Amino acid sequence: MLTEVGTCPLLSVQPSRAQVDEKVQIVVMNLLPNQKVTLHSLHQSEDKDFWEAFGHYISDEYGTVTVAKDESLGGTYEGTEQMGLLWSMRPIPGSRPGLRLRKMNILTPIVIHISVYGGHLSQGFSQQTPLATSVTERWYVAPGVQRVNIRENGVRGTLFLPPGPGLYPGVLDLWGGGGGLVEYRSGLLASHGFASMALEYLGPEDLRTADVDVSYFEKAYQILQNHPKVQRDRMAMLGLSFGSAVTLSMAAYSKVIKPQCCVCISGSHVFPVDKSLFEVFEGMKKYIGRVQVNEENQVIHRNIILPIPSDPALKVDVGRIKCPLLLVNAGDDQNWASVESAEDMEMMMEKAGNRDLLTVLTYPGAGHLIEPPYSPHFRASNFILQGVKEKIVMLWGGQTKPHAYAQEDSWEKILAFLRKHLYFSSNFAVKAKL
Amino acid sequence: MYYFTAAFFNSKLRCVANLTILKQINRVDNLISLRSVSTQKRTCPLLSVQPVRGLLDEKFQIAVTNLPPNQKVTLHSLHQSDDKDFWEAFGHYVSDEHGSVTGFKDESLGGTYDGTEPMGLLWSMRPIPGSRHGLRLRKRDIFRPMEVRISVYNGHLSQGFSHQAPLATSVTERWYVAPGVKRVNIREKEIRGTLFLPPGSGPYPGVLDLWGGGGGLVEYRSALLASHGFASMALEYLAPEDLSLEDTDASYFEKAYQILNNHPMVKKDHLAVLGLSLGSAITLNMVSYSKVIKPQCCVCISGSHLMPVEKSLSELFELMKNHEDKLCVNEDNQVIYRNLILSLPCQSGKVDVGRIKCPLLLVNGDDDQNFPAVESAEDMAMMMDKAGNRHLLEILTYPDTGHLIEPPYSPHFRATKYKLQWTKERIVMLWGGQTKPHAYAQEDAWKKILAFLWQHLSAP
Repeated sequence: MLTEVGTCPLLSVQPSRAQVDEKVQIVVMNLLPNQKVTLHSLHQSEDKDFWEAFGHYISDEYGTVTVAKDESLGGTYEGTEQMGLLWSMRPIPGSRPGLRLRKMNILTPIVIHISVYGGHLSQGFSQQTPLATSVTERWYVAPGVQRVNIRENGVRGTLFLPPGPGLYPGVLDLWGGGGGLVEYRSGLLASHGFASMALEYLGPEDLRTADVDVSYFEKAYQILQNHPKVQRDRMAMLGLSFGSAVTLSMAAYSKVIKPQCCVCISGSHVFPVDKSLFEVFEGMKKYIGRVQVNEENQVIHRNIILPIPSDPALKVDVGRIKCPLLLVNAGDDQNWASVESAEDMEMMMEKAGNRDLLTVLTYPGAGHLIEPPYSPHFRASNFILQGVKEKIVMLWGGQTKPHAYAQEDSWEKILAFLRKHLYFSSNFAVKAKL
Repeated sequence: MYYFTAAFFNSKLRCVANLTILKQINRVDNLISLRSVSTQKRTCPLLSVQPVRGLLDEKFQIAVTNLPPNQKVTLHSLHQSDDKDFWEAFGHYVSDEHGSVTGFKDESLGGTYDGTEPMGLLWSMRPIPGSRHGLRLRKRDIFRPMEVRISVYNGHLSQGFSHQAPLATSVTERWYVAPGVKRVNIREKEIRGTLFLPPGSGPYPGVLDLWGGGGGLVEYRSALLASHGFASMALEYLAPEDLSLEDTDASYFEKAYQILNNHPMVKKDHLAVLGLSLGSAITLNMVSYSKVIKPQCCVCISGSHLMPVEKSLSELFELMKNHEDKLCVNEDNQVIYRNLILSLPCQSGKVDVGRIKCPLLLVNGDDDQNFPAVESAEDMAMMMDKAGNRHLLEILTYPDTGHLIEPPYSPHFRATKYKLQWTKERIVMLWGGQTKPHAYAQEDAWKKILAFLWQHLSAP
């Protein structure tokens, strides 16, 4: 198709370098009026796979397209979606299946090419010459954030410190059963003024699940709390998935871990972490029969804890929790029955008299992996099951648009919750050494 | 980024930690006048700068929250230049009833700037007390950002910032290049320059970018222009090592123009010439007389048509040297250059701007102490009126603005150290201008320059 464009379109993406949780303004000017164009985003991941998104637009009478206010008429997203070119990204046609987009080196930015093409294209972008291209960077760390390797006492993690002399509230940051040392959320939290430590507790060669028990997490918490730039009496624990189970268990039972607040994303109080991880996983194995596989060969893990047991030995006694607790759950979580767990936790806390500490956010249509804002959505992805080292495809759930909304909204609420209890609270006291 | 183990921290910084806690306690005493008791309340202010990474010409929003209400605070900026000098700016604020200070709507009550100035912490920067004299802030390594440390201090401070612990700090980066901009060395025949290309496949409208008599290869404006979609070439024309002043004549600039126009990533015959100071004089000369240089438009910042540049630069400098007695020196020993140019032989020497055939934008400061830019512009308007091409001319004159009209939010320098080209003598050159109006001029002029370039270069 020969597109005669008599003008020199101007594409602007502002800011050209943004934090991962910052919005961008994408505007195309100097098009013909009422011209069909496609806005396209392209990113090559650290694993060398290509991801893209696109939206079909029509310029207004001035020849302008403003993504924040105009409607996408189709593509990988539709409607008025300022950040659609980011959160609706998916692997390009022909990619390996089951991919998940995660940045491991967060000291460099995510680089995305935003382009505008003539006409309404849905494929073959690499064979066309765009009308204009802009390159934008998205960063997990703000300038001045300091990265500190933590290798102390058998504990492995990475601490991110905000710029300046401190002192800062501390956040212990726990990911889930996928294991490894995942740093990007802690990098972002440090960019918001929290000394955040991403903890590795599953999967590195020299850390066996038999050796990871309550004392491992307590040591990690203390390392963070004792750090010279960390405010001892302003601590939080934040967990996702299995990390939530750890968080709830520590908050309920540990004599050492006494945070000012906790955040649990897509988690459950079933299967308390009060012994070594090896023993916890052995305990879970008994229920393996409840795990299903659908026609696309994707593993549905959620039923492993359903029905929610009434036996208290199988659940964290959340009635013992003494700090504010925020639960962030997805209505279409296919991995953990987090919504049902939250209902049960609410009942237990009601009985115990600490219900006022609990806030539950449930996002309909969202899936298990509630990540920082504008990250793409993965309904299912490749996964290595702990303990058996088996490669499967795990179904996480969710539909892209509601999942994107959940990520954006929950992140704002998580930050507000952490600020409320770690920055703004009037309950803080400093004992002056006089 | 550097890596410490926690053990290192514990051993080395425990004392710092104690000191910090003590300082915080002292601060609490200032914030809330409580008699010393065993427990005291403390607030933890939150400082946000958005975006933390911006292009040099982008605005940022600074906000402080969680202060006590009606709290006196100082917002402070600190930058260490490529030359290792420290520059700073500060503003005195009072938090509102919610304990917030918002840079874009609150007033600074004093400091290096006052009033409601969202970007005051950048454009009002000046060398810290005790610095060397006559400094100018210019970035050489443009692929690394300008790092500015923004802090909020308790109380209204005007000095001693390094001895106080701030309530909060943020580090912001200001970039001269947008992501994806490419840098191409130009070393073709004897032409020396740097071409900056926007990301993508092009082709792009081109800009030939000429700085002034200070010489050297100054890249930052071209890098910024490329960040706005122009293939911009910064040209070195004042005696780079292998080029003598005798050989730098019209043909040098014509060759440079052709290299740009013929570049595969440049849209042929969609070119502009942009000059500052001597670069403007050269621009006016070329566009009036050259058979080769025929741009779609020109921008001349702080220039004059009174300098005859059609022969070689060495002849021009010879002429300047002969009129050296017209240079004024004020009581601060700063050299005022403008009268020398006004004294040059007028009728024979001035550029015949009536011959110009493309739109021309003049950007001038009315306190320009270096070039008689405003007088020249008036004379040019008269000449073009007589010749019938007055409609091509647009003049922007900024009050209380000096000679060095640079990209937005750059600090203002009323006078700086300078090396005279024809004698290599080191002097202090008076540029003129007052900081606030000069900052306004830089911001406004840049917007208008970009709009002018787009208007004339984006036609098919």
